[in-house]
Parts: sequence; C-alpha cells; structure tokens
Amino acid sequence: MSEPILKLEDVYTNIAQYHILQGVNLEVPAGAVTMLLGRNGVGKTTTLRTIIGHWRAHRGRILLDGEDITTLPTPSIARAGVGFVPEDMGIFSDLTVEENMVLAAVSGKLDSARLDWIFQAFPPLKTFWKSEAGTLSGGQKQMLSIARAMAEERRLYLIDEPTKGLAPAIVSTMARALRDLKNQGASVLLVEQNFAVAKALGDSANVMDDGRMIWSGEMAELATDAALQERLMGLSMEAH
Amino acid sequence: MINSLLSGDLPRSKLLALLLGAIVICLALAPFLFPGVRTVDTAARICIFIVLVASYDLLLGYGGIVSFAHTMFFGVGAYGVALASTHMGRGFDAIAVGAASGAIIAALLALVIGLFSLRVRAIFFAMITLAVASAVAVLVSQMSGLTGGEDGLTFKLPRELGPAFKFGKETFDGTLFGVKLNGKLLAYYFVFLGALILFLGMLRVVNSPFGRVLQALRENDFRAEAIGYRVVYYRVAATCLSAAVAALAGSLYAVWLRYVGPDTTLSMEIMIDILLMVVIGGMGTMYGAIIGATLFVLAQNYLQNLMGAASGLVEGIPILPELLSADRWLLWLGVLFILSVYFFPTGVVGRLRQQS
Amino acid sequence: MTAAPEHAPTMAKMSLADRLAPWMPLLLVPALCILGFLAIPNTGSWLTLTVAGLAMGMMIFIMASGLTLVFGLMDVINFGHGAFVSVGAFVGISVILALSHMAEAPSLMLNLIALLVAVIGAMLATGVMGWAFEKVIVEPVYGFHLKQILVTMGGLIVVEQLIIVLWGPEEIYISRPEMLKGAITFAGAALEKYRLVAVGIGLLVFAAMRLVLRHTKIGLIVRAGVQNGEMVQALGYRLRLVFIGVFIAGSALAGLGGVMWGLYQEVITAHMGNQAMILIFIVVIIGGLGSVEGCFIGALLVGLTQNYVAFLEPKLALISNIGLMVAILMWRPMGMIPVVKAK
Repeated sequence: MSEPILKLEDVYTNIAQYHILQGVNLEVPAGAVTMLLGRNGVGKTTTLRTIIGHWRAHRGRILLDGEDITTLPTPSIARAGVGFVPEDMGIFSDLTVEENMVLAAVSGKLDSARLDWIFQAFPPLKTFWKSEAGTLSGGQKQMLSIARAMAEERRLYLIDEPTKGLAPAIVSTMARALRDLKNQGASVLLVEQNFAVAKALGDSANVMDDGRMIWSGEMAELATDAALQERLMGLSMEAH
Repeated sequence: MINSLLSGDLPRSKLLALLLGAIVICLALAPFLFPGVRTVDTAARICIFIVLVASYDLLLGYGGIVSFAHTMFFGVGAYGVALASTHMGRGFDAIAVGAASGAIIAALLALVIGLFSLRVRAIFFAMITLAVASAVAVLVSQMSGLTGGEDGLTFKLPRELGPAFKFGKETFDGTLFGVKLNGKLLAYYFVFLGALILFLGMLRVVNSPFGRVLQALRENDFRAEAIGYRVVYYRVAATCLSAAVAALAGSLYAVWLRYVGPDTTLSMEIMIDILLMVVIGGMGTMYGAIIGATLFVLAQNYLQNLMGAASGLVEGIPILPELLSADRWLLWLGVLFILSVYFFPTGVVGRLRQQS
Repeated sequence: MTAAPEHAPTMAKMSLADRLAPWMPLLLVPALCILGFLAIPNTGSWLTLTVAGLAMGMMIFIMASGLTLVFGLMDVINFGHGAFVSVGAFVGISVILALSHMAEAPSLMLNLIALLVAVIGAMLATGVMGWAFEKVIVEPVYGFHLKQILVTMGGLIVVEQLIIVLWGPEEIYISRPEMLKGAITFAGAALEKYRLVAVGIGLLVFAAMRLVLRHTKIGLIVRAGVQNGEMVQALGYRLRLVFIGVFIAGSALAGLGGVMWGLYQEVITAHMGNQAMILIFIVVIIGGLGSVEGCFIGALLVGLTQNYVAFLEPKLALISNIGLMVAILMWRPMGMIPVVKAK
C-alpha cells in the first residue's frame, strides 16, 4: 500500500484544562474517502481542527504526505493543499457567494472549468452567485462551504458533518457532490453522522471514542456488522 | 476579631501583613508621627485615595470592567458636599445630605450607563464612560453659576473641623504629644475613620457571595451565565456600588480640602492616577489599593523632587534632562504601568502573596 | 443512490420594512440635515453649519476608521489610537511650519504641495509608529480586552509625554495655508474654504476605502476576517499580516486626520488626540464596531449634531453627542450597522 496522504501519530490536544484528544492514531490513504465516526463529543471535530491547526497538538505528530505539519501555522497548512469545511460552515455572510468563492481560490483566479463542475453539483450557487451569502438557506450555505473547499484542487479535504441538520433532498445533493469528488480521485477525511451517507461514500472507517481511535478498518465491514456498530457507537449508529 | 473585621480576607503574606500594618499605623497616627501641614495633608490624601482606588478595584479587579468615569463619581460626591454646604450653610447635616445625595446620584448615573453599555459588551462600558465623563467635566466647568466653573467652589464646614476650633484646653493644655488639639486634627480623623469604614465595608462586599459571583463572571461570562447568574444584573450592581463609594470618597476629599474644582476631582489625570494605583498595587486584591495609593501619593509628592535632581545631574546632554524633568514623571509612570500590566498583572500584592 | 429531486431554491420575499432596514442609517444623515433646516431659521446659517458639520464629520471619520477596522479584524480595542492623531498633527504641522515659505505664498499650487508634503510626512510617521505600537504594545495582549485597554492607555500616556519632550509643553498655534484661509460665499452662506477641502478629502478617503474593501482581494480578506478570522486562515491567508497592515493603515489615517484636525482648530496640543478619542469612540459605537460604513455615517451624524446644537443652544453642544449616542443605542444596541460575528 502506498504512503498515506495524512498520518496522525499519537496526537494529544488540550482545550483549556480539558484533554480532548488522548493519543489519536489515524491514516488517511490517498485517493479514497476515509470516514471518521463516533458518538457526539468524542473528539472528531477536534481532530479535524487539530489537523488544520486551529487547535494545537500538545504531543504527537501530524504528517501531510510525509511532511511534518504539526506546528505549521494554519494558513501554511491550508496552502499545502488542505481544504477545510468546518462544522459551522464558516461562511462569510456579508460577502457574496462569488466573493466567498474568490477568496477560496487562494493561489489565484477561479478556474472556470472547475466552477462549471461546482455549479453542476450545486445549482443554487449559480442562481445566487451575486447574493450575500448570509441570505442563503442552511443547505445552500453548506453547499457554499463545500464548494469553497472544492474551488481548487486540494491534496486533502477535511469535511465536518456536511449533512448536519439538512432536509433529505439536500442531503442527497450533498452526497452526490461528495461522490463526484470521490470519483475524481480526491483524498477525503469525512466526519459524518448520517450512516447511510457514510456507508455510501466511505472506503475505510475509523471510529473514535473518548479522544482515541478504537477501531479502524473497511467501511464495508463496519456497515454489514450490526453488532460491531452497536459495540463501537451505541445507539447513534442506527441507520437513518 | 481582626479576622472578622477583615471579613476573613487576610493578607496571606507576612511581608504584606507587615507593610499593611505599618501603613495603617502610620495613617492612624499621622498627625502625631509626622506633624506638619504637608505631611498630614499627604496622609489624608492617601486615606481618600485608598477608598477611591479600592472602589475602582471592585469594578476592575473583581468585575473585570474598565471604567473611565470613576473621577466623575468622585466629583459628584465632592460637589454634593460643596453644594450642600454652600446652600444649607455650614453644618454636619449639610455634609451628610451632600454626601448622601452625591452617593445616590452617582449610583443612579452608574445604573443608567451600566444598563446602556454592559447589556451589549463590557468594552462598550469603557468607551461610553470615557465619553460621558469628559462631557460631564466640560459641563461642570461651563455651568459656572452652579459649580463655580473652572475656579471651583470654596465653602465653609462646621467650625469643629476648622483650625480655629481648639479643644482639650483644661485636660491636656491644648496639646497632646506636642500636637495642637484643633479642628484640623478632628478633620483628619473624620477622613481617616470614614476611609477605614468604607474600606472595611468593601472588603466585606468582595468576600460576600456577591463578590464571588463577580469574580466568577470575570473568569468566564458564559459559564456563569449557564450556571444561572444574570451577568448584567451583577455587573450593573457592582458598578452602582463602586460609584457610590467613589462619591463618598469624593465627599471626604471635599471635607478635607474645603474646596472643590474640576482639576482636583474630575480631571482625566486623576483617572489615570487611579488606574496606575490599582495596577501597581494589584488588581482584584483590595489590599492592593492600600499599597498602590500609598506608593503613588508618596511618589507623587517626593519622587518628583528626586527626578528634578536627576535632571540637573545630566544637564548638557541632549534630551535626557527633558526626559528626566520632574514634569515628565507621568512618562515614566506610563512605562512602569505598561510593564506592570505585562509582567506583574497582580501587582505588588500578588507578588508578595506568590512568594509566601 | 437514487437521484434526488431537483433542488429548487426560492428566496422568501422580504417585506418593505425589512428591505429598508439596512438603508435606515444612511437616511439618517439627510433626515438630520432636514431637521436642522427646520430648526434653523436662516438658510444661509443652515448651509454654513451643514458644511461645517460635514467637514467635522469627515475628519472624525478619517481618524476613527482605522480604530473600527482594527477592532473588527482582531477584536483589539486600541485606547491609544488618539496618540496617532496627536503625533500626526505635530509632525504635519512641523512640516508646514518648516515649509512656511510655501504655505504662506499666495499660490494655491504651492499651498497644496506644502499640505501634501505635510500629510505624507505625518502619515509616514504615524504609520511607522503604528507598526511599532502594534509590535510592542498590542501584540502581547491579543485576546485580553482588559489588558488591551490598560496597556494601550499606558501607551497613549507615554506618547503624549514624548510629544511634550520633543515639542515642549506649550500649545502651538498655526494658521492655515494662505489660499485655504477665508470663505467663499454661496447662496448667502459663508463657506470656509478649508472645510470644503476637508469634505473633499474625507469623501476621497471614504471612496478609496470602499474601493479597496469591495474590489480588491485584500479588501475581501479584511471583510471576511472581520466576520470569521479563523476561516480566513483556514483558507490559507495570513490574517496576522493583514491585521498589521490594517493597523498601520489605520494609524496613518489617524495621522492624516490629526493634521486636518490641527489645521481646523488652528492649535495643537499633546492631548488633542485624547480629546478627539471622545468623539471617535462615540462614532465607532453608534456606527457599529467593525463597520466602516457605520463609522462614516456615525461621524457625519456627530459632526452635524454638534454644529447644529452649538448654534441653537451652545451649552448643550457637548452633551448633544452623548444624547445622540443614547438615542441610537436605544434604537440599535449594537450600533447602526452591527457587524455579525461568526461564533
């Protein structure tokens, strides 16, 4: 197997006096969708935020394509090719959809072919291209947030709960877009509570509990083993 | 006894206890230990500033709120006594009415400002108080019919507090340990006791459940709110209390000086002095007020001479004499102030407590 | 996976009031002018006062704009901002005094060159000073409002004292460049030339700022950073550098405002910045902390109110602005154009 695009080695993260991550080990293989699963509050979001550098690992190493990014400032990590979709979407609501996208293209201009692809995946973004992002609906904001990450080709996408709180119709739009991304050979680390989506997209899965990784394996294996799901994630694992 | 007088909040450091004890004894016996018009005046100023600074610390150190209107409240108390004494005639009743109405008006002003600004953001308070206080200062100097304008007001106090009043002729032959027993002496003890009572009162407040909630708010707004404390309510209450005490300190100052004017009570310089005293003494400690006010007033009175001398020594070197001139002592205080906020945010008291 | 039904987005139609709400603050300026017109019997005086108010507002805006952006971007509240106003005034006025042969010559060209050199000198000086101030005073206290207020206030004291060391404790009286003295008469109103110039410069600065903020990538980064700095960094922009840039630009603008303010008052003192801070704070509070547009509107309102009231009831002039602030905060507690922060 080739070298993973992202590797976390024994990562510890504290927020104030709380020890949130307590020795996380994780490998994200290139060109696949890796699921990060687990109940609420076990450290999935913290793991993503530690990778992008919003919070700092107090111990351990984070390697992006073999290069140590543990202590790099967030902008450098982003410029190394990491696209981030935060849990709260991080939309700039006073800026237009267009301006949000222009900012997302860090290295220069928006690529029109890529933009066509994004419009095809998320038609509302084309409709509201000149509108202030704050006026979008929740689902449209989520589309914009993912579209921002897709504005340029990234080596790795970190996506935190893209279907959270969305209507079923929009969930499937989202799932389709993510599948599109996957089919292009992108490397994705995806936090997802919706098990149907996770099952459909995930190649491998990692389950967290209490700030540690408690299971890693093939998504298909987890998806078919109800007893394993129950043991790892309890009730929240029920397929929606 | 001492424990309950201090509300259980002991100095918690031997050196600090010694220092505080020495300061309190010196202040209590100042007219006898250091007879002389200027030294007694310095002692009285220290007493008053201890109260003023402690009341500010209640806001800043305990509440985490920065106010620039503290001199305004101080001035309200001072003008209260001055106006009452002018219009009601000399008498203790005038002092009482003036002080009480000053304290009430100050608390009401604080209530209004607090409701406006603290409801939104704590930093609004700092900015709004700055604006309001300067407007009031200008207003006071403009309304010369009522306030005497820039010249201020000179007024008469009860005879018992004036130097012309002599007592103890029969028993002590008019002097005690060589100090003349007159009204000025009584005025000093009036100020001293007033300050002592106010200080102990505030010590009680900060060690009450109310004071503890304030500190909890300072540490973490959101958590305190989650626990169920109405953040705004507590902060506004602290603001009002602090304003009322500052006004009372102002009343004491008016009694001591028998004069009020914008420069002595309302000026921005005094506001900055208060900030320096709080930070140097130690925020959030109450005792810091005693240390800070004492150090500062002494420095103000005596350090300036020293700087003047130093300035004379370096004459001939460009700029240096200017930098060291006695008039530039605020420059060095400013530097000291910044350094203390960075490196000794807990001030002298915090340092001493750390070491023990 | 089955195909999802086509997502057909619609925008809920907003009521007229909702659509007008964002424009309300903008309408306040003409509304106040009309109010002034109704209250002031003489049209000529009204016009004079309106121009004076607008000029004053523009100068306050120039001084205040940096402060509001600095706060919006990094949540840094700089109580020492007034120091840049004072330093700008002293440097600029010193340059004008040094170029007195140009400033006093009866040639508009020479006058403007002297003014331009003074402005550039003042902005350079305050820009560099802003950079140093940010590094030495502000950076160590990121994230702590209480300490920020205290140390920046300390910084202000130190700078004021240094001005006194360098320029002496006396106030310096100055006169405006020759061709900017006096007034022109228009529709029966005497309009001071200098005020007209001030209005022009203010409009220019506002237009330039809007242009940068709306149409350049740096501007986009600044506006996005005001809302959600963390996300701006996660997209790959070094917000810290942008912030330092904004701090320097804001300081330089305060310096420009200082020169203009000094020439307006025709006297400068080391404390003038601190005095200006009172109006600056009122303006950024009523405008909405972090909003440049709000700051602009707020500054015009303050300038107009102060001039109208000073004419109608001189004694109320100073507290009129406090009254204005109270009224606006009762209407919108976060200021006229509140900045919506993520989180």
